[in-house]
Amino acid sequence: MWKLIVRRTLITIPQIIVLSLLVFILAQAMPGDALTGLIDPSIDPATIEAMRERLGLNNPWYVQYIDWIKGVIQGDFGQSFRFKMPVSDLIGARMINTLWLSLATLILTYLIAIPLGIISGRFNDTWLDRAITGYTYIGFAAPLFIFALVMLFVFGFQLGWFPTSGSVTPGTTPGTFEYFISKVNHLLLPALSMALITTVSTVQYLRSEIIDTKQKDFIVTARAKGASESRVYNRHVLRNSLLPIAAFFGYEITGLIGGTIFIENIFGYPGMGELFLSSISLRDYSVMTALVLLFGLAAIIGALLSDIILSLVDPRIRIK
Amino acid sequence: MNDVLLEIKNLKTSFRIKDDYYAAVDDVSLNVRKNEVLAIVGESGSGKSAFAFSIMGLHTRAKIEGEINYKGTNLVNANANYMKQLRGSEMGMIFQDALSALNPLMVVGAQIDEAIFLHNPKTSKSLRKKQVINLLNQVGIPRPEKTYYQYPHELSGGMRQRIVIAMAISNQPELLIADEPTTALDVTIQSQILDLIKELKDTMHAGIILITHDLGVVAEMADRVAVMYAGQIVEIADIYTLMENPQHPYTRSLLNSIPTLAEVKSDLHVIQGVVPSLQKLPRTGCRFASRIPWIEDSAHEASPELHEISHGHFVRCTCYKDFYFPEQAKEERNYVAN
Repeated sequence: MWKLIVRRTLITIPQIIVLSLLVFILAQAMPGDALTGLIDPSIDPATIEAMRERLGLNNPWYVQYIDWIKGVIQGDFGQSFRFKMPVSDLIGARMINTLWLSLATLILTYLIAIPLGIISGRFNDTWLDRAITGYTYIGFAAPLFIFALVMLFVFGFQLGWFPTSGSVTPGTTPGTFEYFISKVNHLLLPALSMALITTVSTVQYLRSEIIDTKQKDFIVTARAKGASESRVYNRHVLRNSLLPIAAFFGYEITGLIGGTIFIENIFGYPGMGELFLSSISLRDYSVMTALVLLFGLAAIIGALLSDIILSLVDPRIRIK
Repeated sequence: MNDVLLEIKNLKTSFRIKDDYYAAVDDVSLNVRKNEVLAIVGESGSGKSAFAFSIMGLHTRAKIEGEINYKGTNLVNANANYMKQLRGSEMGMIFQDALSALNPLMVVGAQIDEAIFLHNPKTSKSLRKKQVINLLNQVGIPRPEKTYYQYPHELSGGMRQRIVIAMAISNQPELLIADEPTTALDVTIQSQILDLIKELKDTMHAGIILITHDLGVVAEMADRVAVMYAGQIVEIADIYTLMENPQHPYTRSLLNSIPTLAEVKSDLHVIQGVVPSLQKLPRTGCRFASRIPWIEDSAHEASPELHEISHGHFVRCTCYKDFYFPEQAKEERNYVAN
């Protein structure tokens, strides 16, 4: 058990190294460097060249990579040219916002997916199931950014139930109850918009798992033992069907990253995704590389979590 | 006959396929007595399992007609709650493929425990555990304390089948249905499992319905045999009569298809064709006719019924009177010519 977890965790180390190399090389491959476009063009090219030399920009890529990675390990991602502040400080506050948004989305995703999937799977081919699968098809077909815009328009602007941008009402003091409510209020609409769309794959997955499991022989065994239908579903079908869903949890995190980039931009929610797009358009390299690295890291951790969860819940995977 | 445990009359189990019902079990009547092994034999698709599932009430989408009388109640019309109480306590079922019959996510001990718990919810956990360990001992599991906490995939095929048996007998059932209990096992394990079932019969005095397509198993285990073909019983008799004096063409063909060392045959007898699918079954006439085309149509009954030809020996249709094997006829002709 522990052996498996340790072994699986160790595998992430080369993954992270390769990720950091890729991120760095891609950043290097982009045209221009930190001094392009930032500096008054009337400055003597020799001065710029001297500056490049002083900043280490003329060093071979592997030397630069080692310099960069040394900083990254210590939490130093460099300076943002746009905000003129350390990238780590810039990302720090936004990371928390994104974490809350992701967490709220995850919770809502499962709150929607599990009951709908169970109903749809248990009573398959009834009108209730058809209604639920109908919704999932719409969810698959509707692009997230269009759907989010519609939600924002209807609930934010027309009905005015939710704030339309930001992560907290300005002027509220952190730590108060009011502040917390305001946070939640700002979170709810973007999280719900994203969850309603991203949950459909989980609903479908759970539905087909339940339909599959309820035809297995051990379900007949359970009935032959004299178990009631509700016990058959709660004890035997559900547990076996939730297994792949639990395993999918980690990959859900990867999907969230893509989602938050859209959602944060549409809802003007100050998180990492919003920062990411604006940094790309303004060529804020150090912020971009830091964000890509963090997103990649989240994906690696997601996959790691998936494997560990699966090994915890499925005895067939445990290695003694 | 006071020792009749289960009386089945005109049982018909049909499945709906495209707006029409097709009978997988058709007009089956038989009795199961206490302390006897009734074997039901037939090739794949002859409706043996559908019959077993009908008795247990395990069909989820089937139309069941007729009577299954058990202790004065007709189980066909019995309410779901009553069936739930019978299943697993008074009626136990042993399944064919033990690996898929066990929940892969539960330790086997807990699965047996569940069978006890469902019918004795007031029994304390520790007492139930003791009972499970006893059951594991009874079915010949060598280290029950350890096996209790093992998952199905950690056990061998024979061990898993023993677990399934332990589960079926956990509440001392009066009727035990074994649906091809040895099909998925190799021969040495097969005989161990059969010995175990025999032993259980002797200790529990239950009525056992043994479903199989293996005539060797039948010869070893059964007191009485019902031969099933295309959803109907074509012959029913006690084991000695059936083995010594088989009448129905299907029974004779089955027995004739077993290779023996005693006599040298150049070719083994093969029954032509396959069991017709549900939709293609003839609605009238002898169902076996299409597989013995050399027998004249006039030999069959228009609507074949079971005829009692001697005490307790029933045969369906009249075609048994004129039946012969084409190979034998050829040999006889050769003999005459020489």
